[in-house]
Amino acid sequence: MSPVIKEFRLPDLGEGLTESEIVVWHVAVGDTVELNQVIADVETAKAVVELPSPYAGVVAKLHEQPGTVVEVGSPIVSFDVPGSGVPSGDSPDSSADKADDDEPPAKREPNLVGYGAAVEKTGRPTRRARRGAASTVPARPADASTADDAAVTAEAPQTSVPEEAPLERPRSTPPVRKLARDLGIDLPAVNGTGPQGLITREDVLAAQQKSAQEESAQSGTGQSGTGQQGADRGVPASIAAGERETRTPIKGVRKHTAAAMVASAFTAPHVTEFLTIDVTASMDLLARLKSSRAFADVRITPLALVAKALCIALDRNPTLNSRWDDASQEIVQHHYVNLGIAAATPRGLMVPNIKDAQALGLRELADALKGLTETARAGKTSPADLSGGTISITNVGVFGIDAGTPILNPGEAAILAMGSVRKMPWEYQDEIALRQVMTLSLSFDHRLVDGEQGSRFLADIGTILSDPGMVLTMV
Amino acid sequence: MPLNNEADATQNELVQLITPSGERRSNPVYDRWVSDVDGAALQALYEDMVVIRRIDAEATALQRQGELALWPPLLGQEAAQIGSGRALREDDFVFSSYRENGVAYCRGVDLTDLLRVWRGNASAGWDPYAINMAPPQVIIGAQTLHATGYAMGVLADGADSVAVTYFGDGATSQGDVNEAMVFAASYQAPVIFFCQNNQWAISEPVRLQAHVPIAHRAPGFGIPSVRVDGNDVLACLAVTREALDRARTGGGPTFIEAVTYRMGPHTTADDPTRYRDANELEDWAAKDPISRVAALLDAQGLLSAEVSDAVKATADDVAARLREGCISMPEPQALDVFKHVYSEPNSWLERQQDSYEQYLTYFDSAESVNTAPNPSREVSR
Repeated sequence: MSPVIKEFRLPDLGEGLTESEIVVWHVAVGDTVELNQVIADVETAKAVVELPSPYAGVVAKLHEQPGTVVEVGSPIVSFDVPGSGVPSGDSPDSSADKADDDEPPAKREPNLVGYGAAVEKTGRPTRRARRGAASTVPARPADASTADDAAVTAEAPQTSVPEEAPLERPRSTPPVRKLARDLGIDLPAVNGTGPQGLITREDVLAAQQKSAQEESAQSGTGQSGTGQQGADRGVPASIAAGERETRTPIKGVRKHTAAAMVASAFTAPHVTEFLTIDVTASMDLLARLKSSRAFADVRITPLALVAKALCIALDRNPTLNSRWDDASQEIVQHHYVNLGIAAATPRGLMVPNIKDAQALGLRELADALKGLTETARAGKTSPADLSGGTISITNVGVFGIDAGTPILNPGEAAILAMGSVRKMPWEYQDEIALRQVMTLSLSFDHRLVDGEQGSRFLADIGTILSDPGMVLTMV
Repeated sequence: MPLNNEADATQNELVQLITPSGERRSNPVYDRWVSDVDGAALQALYEDMVVIRRIDAEATALQRQGELALWPPLLGQEAAQIGSGRALREDDFVFSSYRENGVAYCRGVDLTDLLRVWRGNASAGWDPYAINMAPPQVIIGAQTLHATGYAMGVLADGADSVAVTYFGDGATSQGDVNEAMVFAASYQAPVIFFCQNNQWAISEPVRLQAHVPIAHRAPGFGIPSVRVDGNDVLACLAVTREALDRARTGGGPTFIEAVTYRMGPHTTADDPTRYRDANELEDWAAKDPISRVAALLDAQGLLSAEVSDAVKATADDVAARLREGCISMPEPQALDVFKHVYSEPNSWLERQQDSYEQYLTYFDSAESVNTAPNPSREVSR
């Protein structure tokens, strides 16, 4: 009994998702898998889920690499399934054997909830649109389809691509359209091999490679984009070898970070103030603390001092510890400090926070900082740690940087960037001396915080760090 | 009789007949309700739980394979569903939420019917009167009103059947559930409010919704309540039987809080790791409803290899039939949406159906202009 190739197309794993990322394959080509055996981990916008094999058979092909974002409905893995045991409707399939790679799934497709719908939904309005434009640009892809890829000819006639030529817009998906635009590929000139002539990512890439080889042999003459197209791809043929740029899909933590930054930067009007201070006294204090018994077993850092100073100053300047609640049109004043610490983690930027930091002594604060950063670097920060922050610190000093204009963690009114501690010539007791100096940069949300309050807050922190004894006048 | 009509310390105690490690614990009040449960009956309960866990796993896999749109897993709640579901009489009527697929199994639902809704092929998977269980209610808590109304009907009929409604901890915050309890108490309707407190209303922990055990709310409505170990199938059976007996003998409604845990996601579209602690999951894994019965059976010498194999074979068979029924389910037709709107012909609806039919034909002709006979046309409609 001849084996049948069965394609598994990426289903909609959540409710209404359009794409997912292949995180890792648990099988390789040639592996024998059982029904429901986990073959891959897939990350959707909602969750990382395990994908169980829908067939028992041998893995014939993995269509996508780990790390690839795949559209729902795209084939991701093919199986060699023993000829028997295939459900009804088997006979037309099995005659075609490997050549039917695309065909049977296309037929099965509407059976599979999730990826029938997307294509059909876009299909119907498109079909209506085609009527009006019926005779404008006929005979587009007939040549392309024959010339381009023999492998998909089985698909092409069935879905009547030639007849669908005069579409206003060729059928594709937004990410693919964008890809085509970025690559300067003229979509109407591309032969779609997807369901019902849908132009896929592969089609665009194939077209790009082809036009790179033949230059403008086949593409639409007089298309306005053509000239630019050539210009854009100054060295198009060498895309594979010696790339001049690398394109990384925007996803995961990067995507999340970007969204948060944009949301923050464009809703909260940021003001940043700078203060450069002599922290020699604080550094001396730190050295004494390190050798004291109470702090013997804890790594106490400048960050811990700054964090403590911030909490003390915040008590005197509570406006900085508030939140703009746009939905309820209220300003929420926090009577606690959940102190966020920006941390570079393997997964990207995270801002876990220390709950009720105002209640912690210096020693406890140092412990909390240590625990928090270790957890973050191990990638084990829990969702609870990341939510509910009220103010943040970012320690750019560890990178040898002096100052910056930090962007607020969304929902918070202020963020303090601490620069690196440097030995610099500085005025000391009316003389020039080599002192340890640090710059503080404070960004605040100008909707909530006026310049006066922000300035006082920053000055308070500066006072504490340059002369720790002044705390006595503040608490 | 430990009815929670008065607040006292015993209220927080769970009725438990089988401990997590599988020891049978005697209970002076509830033992009598399960005195008939012999070795064979316990084996049957065990098999039921294994089977519905298998159904759940298979359906979850089917969703991941694109064969179901969505599935709400019941993993961890097997004892609550089997214990209560197996206590019911055939003429009792169940009004459930969407997660009571184990109860539906007890009611004898056809396996394919169980998946019809989740595949998006029908608005309701089965004839409610065929198995005396209403289609799953997706609107949180609305089914409690249906159950109370049904129970008031039972009163009017002078029958002795009981309406049983299932809902979760989150639903108790809904107005519907509270209204249902008011009416149930007022009419002393034969209805059981079976709350599976699985600790999480999607991402909302139960402690945010209830500062006291949920069972404590019912006495405020004049409804006796009991908290039971929802992972103990025998205890769930016992408290449900007691409540059924009360309802059949004119004692009115009962509220049961089965304290359990949703081991999986809220639905296949949810990621619980984003909001709950792995340690919590571990703690509850140690209280697994199936392994404790397995331990008890084993200690009594009732879990031989043959018994285990037979149970596994049954579960595998059910899973295979479930899968086959799912993937070979015929596609719904576009005009099916008109079928179950009115019980009798309706000219207004018929007109709509006619114009919709014409609308669909329009696409057919558009397609036939373009294509030779297309085998996929039927299903692509």
